[in-house]
Amino acid sequence: MTEQQRIAVVTAGLSEDASTTRLARAVARAANDVVVRGGHSAPEVRLVTLRDIAHGITDAALTGMAPAAVQDALDAVLTADALIAATPTYKASYSGLFKAFFDLFDEGALENLPTVVAATGGTPRHSLVLDTALLPLMSHLKALALPIGVYAATEDWADASLQARIERAGAALAGMLGAGAGAGATAKGRGVAAASAARRPVREVRDEFATVPDFADLLASVQR
Amino acid sequence: MQLGVFTIGDVTQDPTTGRTPTENERIRATVAIARKAEELGMDVFATGQHHNPPFVAPANPPVLMAAVAAQTERIQLSTATTLITTTDPVRIAEDYAYVQHLADGRVDLTMGRGNTGPVYPWFGKDIRQGIPLAVENYQLLHRLWREEDVNFSGRFRTPLQGFTATPRPLDGVPPFVWHGSIRSPEIPEQAAFYGDGFFHNNIFWNTEHTGRMVDFYRQRYEYYGHGSADQAIVGLGGQVFMAKNSQDAVRRFRPYFDNAPVYGHGPSLEEFTAQTPLTVGSPQQVIERTLSFREYAGDHQRQLFLVDHAGLPIKTVLEQMDMLGEEVFPVLRREFDAARPAHVPDAPTHTSLVARHRAGQDPVPGGGPDSRAAKDRVAKARVTATQDATA
Repeated sequence: MTEQQRIAVVTAGLSEDASTTRLARAVARAANDVVVRGGHSAPEVRLVTLRDIAHGITDAALTGMAPAAVQDALDAVLTADALIAATPTYKASYSGLFKAFFDLFDEGALENLPTVVAATGGTPRHSLVLDTALLPLMSHLKALALPIGVYAATEDWADASLQARIERAGAALAGMLGAGAGAGATAKGRGVAAASAARRPVREVRDEFATVPDFADLLASVQR
Repeated sequence: MQLGVFTIGDVTQDPTTGRTPTENERIRATVAIARKAEELGMDVFATGQHHNPPFVAPANPPVLMAAVAAQTERIQLSTATTLITTTDPVRIAEDYAYVQHLADGRVDLTMGRGNTGPVYPWFGKDIRQGIPLAVENYQLLHRLWREEDVNFSGRFRTPLQGFTATPRPLDGVPPFVWHGSIRSPEIPEQAAFYGDGFFHNNIFWNTEHTGRMVDFYRQRYEYYGHGSADQAIVGLGGQVFMAKNSQDAVRRFRPYFDNAPVYGHGPSLEEFTAQTPLTVGSPQQVIERTLSFREYAGDHQRQLFLVDHAGLPIKTVLEQMDMLGEEVFPVLRREFDAARPAHVPDAPTHTSLVARHRAGQDPVPGGGPDSRAAKDRVAKARVTATQDATA
């Protein structure tokens, strides 16, 4: 790899030391470890804490104009090579703040962005929130969301199996970065992930001014 | 440099008194604003077009333009904007040509698509077709003003056979057209293709994005061979509220800002002022901020201000206009004119358009034979011909 890769970590955790943010960072660390063990340079991790820009997210929704801090957050995701998206479970779904942030992206803006979803909750009975809420949202955004996500209920934080699940998700994401091969043996699905990285569609950050159709073509499209 | 005001005709409650003007009061106030603009020597008065509450901007702007034309002598009448998507281009051709005659040529118009979804189906249209509607309708309008026997068949309106729009434009020269868009690059592309003007509302978006839209238009204007990029015809909106000292301006405007349509109950006045061209302060601050538009939009030809929205009472609006007309515009006019290089043209007027027409220098849509666009077309045709020959 010639260029340092970037992982955007979006967390909708609300408290100062939110478990959602802890979970998201842990997945990022796990991905980082696999990349580094594979002999690659450590990816740059950009943490986007939605709580800090909650007012701005509302303003952007109301005016269609993102304040600078919100634009920075959007850009962190748009320019990332991989995304970790984490939310607390509220009322059996992602939080409103989490959804409000992802509502700000243009159609197709996350196309082909390798993504791991993560959620926290007060009870393990919400663990399907990954499959019922987060993955459908990510598929709508056309992100390349991995089927392996991480859900952590309150009691999971006292259970060593959570770390194993975090490492598995992190390794899968690292695999999507093309860094899985040669890594440690913690990730069982690594071979599959590495293979898919080779086939992964190239992700383009679009410049809307570069893709404006020539006006003659626009005219031709309406003439008959 | 043309300096003036534009209105969107919103009927909004005054948040400081709780009073909402009647539609009649608002309509009368709009005419008073136009007359005031003329009295103060402003160059342009522009009206919006609306079909839904809380607006009483005319559904057909030439109705208002005709009334103002009858009560004024010098001021240029324009729109902000004419809905090219949901208005039949035949009616635009006819009504604006008629008012152009009534106003002795003091008429131009700004095309806009309209971003209110529900309006479209009332006219049998679909907002998702906004760009194709703007493209087809304007192409037809452009022909109706320039050709006498028009045969037309398109996607969006009933066909025409040997149709002649009447009256013919004054002196055979159609009103100048600006194309307005906040964020769709297809529209500056369209404006550049025809050699028309590009207007950016400049109120609801970050200045850096506005700058990119204007720059894109300028590049494409040059590509289509209508002049160099810095000769393209650019108009900008703006929004100001003034008092002798800036603290008073902020204090008096804040309740209107906080409750305004579109951005009210959202960002703070301070945030919005930092992000957009909104200027709330002394006349000197307004002058400095407005002159700084050159930094991201180049030398533009038209600068209009929104002064009458968000429930501001007409008395306040007229006071704001006094400050604009007496303290701000003379300085802006002098400074903009001094800064603009000689080869950058003024905004077109009927007189200049007639002269251009008689000199045989009307812009060729898509670019004349010497344009880069034409050369690209020739090269493309050559490649296609070669491919056909070898196939």
